[in-house]
Amino acid sequence: MKFHSRTGWRKWINLLNLAVVIIVLFVMLPIYWLVASSFKTPVNVGAQPPQYFPNPISFANYNSAFVHYGFGRYFLNSVIVTVASTMLVLSIGSLAGYALGRLPMRGKSPLLVTLLIISVFPEIAVVSPLYLLMHQIGWLGSYEALIVPYTAFNLPFAIWIMRNYFLGIPREMEETGRIDGASPLRTYWSIILPQSLPGIFTAGVFTFTACWTEFLMALTLDNSNNYRTIPVGIALFGSPNVVPYGTIFAASVVAVVPIGILVFVFRKFVVSGLTSGAVKG
Amino acid sequence: MATISLKGLNKVYPNGFHAVHDLSLEVQEGEFMVLVGPSGCGKTTVLRMVAGLEDITSGDLRIGERVVNDIEPKDRDIAMVFQNYALYPHMTVADNIGFALKLRKLPKDEIRKKVEEAAEILGLTEWLDRKPKQLSGGQRQRVAMGRAIVREPSVFLMDEPLSNLDAKLRVKMRAEVRRIQERLGVATMYVTHDQIEAMTMGDRVAVLRDGRLLQCDTPQNLYEFPVNQFVGAFIGSPAMNLYQGELFDGGRSLKIGSQILELPEVVHLKKPTLMSYSGKGVTVGVRPESLKAASTSTTPGTVLSVQATLVEALGSELMVHFSFDAKVVKIEDIQDDEEEILTGSGEGVARIDPSVSVKAGDKLKFEVETEHLHFFDPDTGLSIY
Ligand SMILES: Nc1ncnc2c1ncn2[C@@H]1O[C@H](COP(=O)(O)OP(=O)(O)O)[C@@H](O)[C@H]1O
Ligand SMILES: [Mg+2]
Repeated sequence: MKFHSRTGWRKWINLLNLAVVIIVLFVMLPIYWLVASSFKTPVNVGAQPPQYFPNPISFANYNSAFVHYGFGRYFLNSVIVTVASTMLVLSIGSLAGYALGRLPMRGKSPLLVTLLIISVFPEIAVVSPLYLLMHQIGWLGSYEALIVPYTAFNLPFAIWIMRNYFLGIPREMEETGRIDGASPLRTYWSIILPQSLPGIFTAGVFTFTACWTEFLMALTLDNSNNYRTIPVGIALFGSPNVVPYGTIFAASVVAVVPIGILVFVFRKFVVSGLTSGAVKG
Repeated sequence: MATISLKGLNKVYPNGFHAVHDLSLEVQEGEFMVLVGPSGCGKTTVLRMVAGLEDITSGDLRIGERVVNDIEPKDRDIAMVFQNYALYPHMTVADNIGFALKLRKLPKDEIRKKVEEAAEILGLTEWLDRKPKQLSGGQRQRVAMGRAIVREPSVFLMDEPLSNLDAKLRVKMRAEVRRIQERLGVATMYVTHDQIEAMTMGDRVAVLRDGRLLQCDTPQNLYEFPVNQFVGAFIGSPAMNLYQGELFDGGRSLKIGSQILELPEVVHLKKPTLMSYSGKGVTVGVRPESLKAASTSTTPGTVLSVQATLVEALGSELMVHFSFDAKVVKIEDIQDDEEEILTGSGEGVARIDPSVSVKAGDKLKFEVETEHLHFFDPDTGLSIY
């Protein structure tokens, strides 16, 4: 049979693989361009004809981002805000998800629907009232001005993901705990939580990414240089007349790295976390 | 060690479903009590009520002398083995077994000692550092047992603990579970839908159907003296053949289909009420093992002529499926067990000596052990004794 005689690299060439390759290229190309450009000299960034590979390789853009524009500060701000929000979302959200998924309580369904509605609420609609609120309580220009709203707006989705994951864990897990004399909190901590790590990581990765890349609230609520996060920081690089593309690219590369690492490390969990609810219901 | 006593136990689920009706049952110290019944009859519900995982709607539940209706599961001094084992996947075997002891805040080395003792009994010593995922089905089952026995409870509850194992291992584990239970001498309630498991394991067996206890007795008594045709058909493998019959001639003659069997005097001595059914219809139960191939010396009044429809050679015996012109009485809820090799294609099954040569399509004559026939009231389904 002809089909079976294909060996080596030839058997990998079929339509499906071709489609995958095209999609990957489509996604990777801008990223390649971003990384490549960040290592060009500032002059070569906009060179005609374009440089497909940086030559010479230069770190001038990185130098400019960190030394000239104080990107380190923004990076630190982003880390503080994002990590704090993610931890809050995971700790509150996993408890809420557990309660909504597993504990007997009234009004679960309306609560879940409400959460879903909140999670699709357009940010632009809340940012002005939020500004006024923050102004009144004097939080403008502080970490909590971002941490609290980030936590609030990322909670619903995280709760949903984690709830679905908890639903997939057999009830008997808690029941053995009950018979053995474990308190509800102990059961949650020692039995349920360790089994739910994929769901928690998934929610964590999504929350982290959302906070890390959030722009509108960060721009509105924490505009001062000391509290600026990466997205706002990069957007405000340069002056009205100068757009330092090379520097922006360099900063963007640095900004993407943590997310890349996160997804890479947790990729297995994320995949199982996203599919588990679907399969086990 | 303690007794378990259920008095008039009822369970109505929040959705209004009445799952258990007036169940009364006593499990003696050290006794192995099996609850058996078709799927959905309420076995798990009963066990969960005893464990304290479901509220008791009404009735009294005692463990030892204490009424425990409103006592938390952890204070009932019970251990439960679940059908899916519910092993903690993130803990090693040792941690799984020792978890309950850890909750009791026993010192570490004492926990280790007890865990090792349990592992020794169960043959798990070399697996103590593994995770459940790395174990075979049988080993996982043992871990679940281990988790129950380290706690030294006064009552064991087991919900179909062997149903996830393959047939061969299941047979082996039946003996194992019994051995461990006997060694510990703990009152045990064991749930299964498999009547063979029930018969081979139970000191006594309680047969449930639709949330009601039909009969609770030793396996032998259930087999010989079923209270009704459901128990008669449910207990025993292959299942009892049930036919519409008619008694006449003062109850001495039995007509099944167009054939007539003569009932000897001993039947009436054992079942005096049978006389009063003379001239009326009865349901006749014939166990597959009460039929054997007729020989020339067979008394004419005990012969049943049939046609074989399927013959299964099992080595030690032949399963002969046959049909004849009698009306079969069907009972809901009795389905063939997966372990059973039968598909019930004909209108009856006989279990006979393999030396008889018979093949599908043959006409043959059976000798009926008439003193072992069962009779049931056709209206109520109750046994006639
Ligand atoms: N939580 C529940 N709510 C309502 N009905 C239930 C619930 N749990 C079980 N049932 C019903 O009770 C009956 C007995 O269930 P169960 O005890 O699990 O049966 P078994 O273990 O004998 O198969 C079934 O008909 C089942 O549908
Ligand atoms: Mg059950």
